[in-house]
Amino acid sequence: MGTSLGFHIVFAVLGVGVPLLMATAEGIGLWRRDGTWIALARRWSSAFGILFAIGAVSGTVLSFELGLLWPGFMAFSGSIIGLPFSAEGFAFFLEAIFLGLYLYGWDRLGPIQHWLTGLPVALSGAASAVFVVMANAWMNSPSGFTLTNGRLASVDPVSAAFNAATPTETTHMLVSAYVVTGFVVASVYAAGMLRGRFDVHHRRGLLLGMAMAGIAVVLAGITGDTSARFIYGAQPAKFAAMEGLYATTRGAPIHLGGIPSDSEHRVLYAIEIPYGLSILAALDPNAEVRGLDSFPGDQRPNPIVVHLSFDTMVGLGLGLGTLALIFWAAVLRSRRLPKNRLLLWCLVAAGPAAVVTMEAGWFVTEFGRQPWVVYGIIRTVVAATPAPGLGIVFIVFTAIYVALAVTLSRLLLLLARRNRERAKPPPGTEA
Amino acid sequence: MSAADAAATLLWLSLTAYAVLAGADFGGGVWDIFASGPRKQAQRRAVARAMGPVWEANHVWLIFMITGLFTTFPVAFSSLAIALFIPVTISLMGIVLRGAAFAFRAHGREAVGPTSPWGIVFGGSSIVTPFFLGTAAAAVATGAIRITDGKVVSGFGDGWTTAFAVVIGLLAVALCAYLAAAYLMVETEDDPTLQADFRSRALFASVASGGLALVGLWLAYAQEPRVWSDLSGNGLLLTLLALINGPIALWGVWRLRPGVVRVAVAAQMTLVLWAWAVGQWPYLVPPDLTIAAVAAPASTLRAWLVVTGGGMILLLPSLALLFRVFKARNPAAA
Repeated sequence: MGTSLGFHIVFAVLGVGVPLLMATAEGIGLWRRDGTWIALARRWSSAFGILFAIGAVSGTVLSFELGLLWPGFMAFSGSIIGLPFSAEGFAFFLEAIFLGLYLYGWDRLGPIQHWLTGLPVALSGAASAVFVVMANAWMNSPSGFTLTNGRLASVDPVSAAFNAATPTETTHMLVSAYVVTGFVVASVYAAGMLRGRFDVHHRRGLLLGMAMAGIAVVLAGITGDTSARFIYGAQPAKFAAMEGLYATTRGAPIHLGGIPSDSEHRVLYAIEIPYGLSILAALDPNAEVRGLDSFPGDQRPNPIVVHLSFDTMVGLGLGLGTLALIFWAAVLRSRRLPKNRLLLWCLVAAGPAAVVTMEAGWFVTEFGRQPWVVYGIIRTVVAATPAPGLGIVFIVFTAIYVALAVTLSRLLLLLARRNRERAKPPPGTEA
Repeated sequence: MSAADAAATLLWLSLTAYAVLAGADFGGGVWDIFASGPRKQAQRRAVARAMGPVWEANHVWLIFMITGLFTTFPVAFSSLAIALFIPVTISLMGIVLRGAAFAFRAHGREAVGPTSPWGIVFGGSSIVTPFFLGTAAAAVATGAIRITDGKVVSGFGDGWTTAFAVVIGLLAVALCAYLAAAYLMVETEDDPTLQADFRSRALFASVASGGLALVGLWLAYAQEPRVWSDLSGNGLLLTLLALINGPIALWGVWRLRPGVVRVAVAAQMTLVLWAWAVGQWPYLVPPDLTIAAVAAPASTLRAWLVVTGGGMILLLPSLALLFRVFKARNPAAA
């Protein structure tokens, strides 16, 4: 399931972000009566057609795997948290319908009509991300039900959907989706520029991608900070693991990097910032932060994975933010796109880096919640399926995903080449 | 009708929509791999043109059904997920490969032609998926899935490996192929030779599915008493209607009546599903899980019905728009 999720999520975030980019480009094109913007949207739409299909089928796998792999989890939680999934089903339905119209309607619908079919795609893409993350938020912060002797007594699915973790987690995921999309798109065009392609498509593609990334990365920082502070209060074990804090401490320091050691009860080789953690968590240098040692041994997440993932996410996230800042400072100062090769190389790296950042974020959420599948209620081992041959299923699905990823990248490169061959040789390019 | 019955009805309706719409897309894959004769490529193009704009929306009916099932009948969902782990996992692989292969071909024709491995994957997975979904349905209908105290006690191979299940699996494939050929016959009206190709395919699929249905009925009579009593009990009327509708659909194909064909062939799939559904009422997973017993708490059912109702208000007009733009008769011969 982890593999499926890690694979699907890349397409899911592009499914959220790219429609907004397409609709923006097409909107600018209609507004300014400028065909190149529209051509840009059209190019994206053909690539997006493939991406969306892969996202759709891998998402289907996930909805089934919830039951196939975690029947114990679903039997318990289905009635509590199924609602956002059902709502997500509708959002996804609308996205698929309007995407069909958008992709195949370029020549069949009027220009404004066509643009209008793009808006629901962007909107329902965002909505489906919010709905799905609501369900995940519930796993972190279960509410909306009561138990009697370990059995469900009453259910309030609406308050389960709007649980305490919902606001922070959904907003953080949504803006992260835009961060990833923006940087991935920018990275593609930056790579083209490094090969000397500075035509109008590359320039505008890069600008639009960086506009999305730049705005979203700031919001991701803000929502991320709120999320961390929420976890400090709501999931102290996760928070301790994120920070690699063993002993409950007043005036706790922040550990940057390093490897948490269970045997020595401290983080080895880390850079410490005194009082940093207490200040960040509670805006009070003397605030108490609960350490891992205060939890029973069977209720602690693995601090090595969680701490390193957390630092990866924060570190890369800050790096991406700095990069966006430098890029826009350069653009605004010189009023033209920077051609500095180092900066372009950084932008190329930013695409994959943004994906890694997001995946690291999911590692924090998921590994940080262990050993629970529903925090404090159901343990992961109890929820798993008794079915045989899970190893084979895992291998087959992994093989399928690898084959899909390889074919997909080949196809996207081919599409790009075809687009270039179709376009007139752009003026002012040095090969 | 209780809220649980209403939810179950909606889930059966969405399964029907999936079978009638996405079933045709799987059938399209069948005709892609069995494309033959001088108009081989034209047949494949017709399949791709018909599926392109709609297959993803059609596919979502399945997701809608699954999410609805685990919301409103969570215990039934988890029991089915355990008991049918093998056939459902195989179908899932088929669903992933089919969708990906279609998208690769539709958007990257030069690189991934019909002869590339993805072409074979597209056709192959279009056969595998409905086959195993059919066997899984047979496992449910025959009452082979046993649940005691909320735990599945039957084995992982029970129910879907019987002769009856294999016939139902084949019937599912044949019905999908029938749907596809029939719809394609309607959509290729402006090209009579191509239309003739799909007409002969529809005739073949019609006879094949009719024959398999009769074998299935005989096997039900001989070996699967539960299915037989369901179909000859509550489901009798619908079973008889299916037996009458079959020849009508065949006549429509024979005489090239597009209006009749579209309705009658879709009705055939629908009648088969509903004869089963009504036959096993009030059970969801016979013989241990009734609709009332495994329904989610009333608060959840109500919330789900409200969300579904609201969603449908947005969904149905959007779907209508999609089909009007791409599936109106003689769609501008694009």
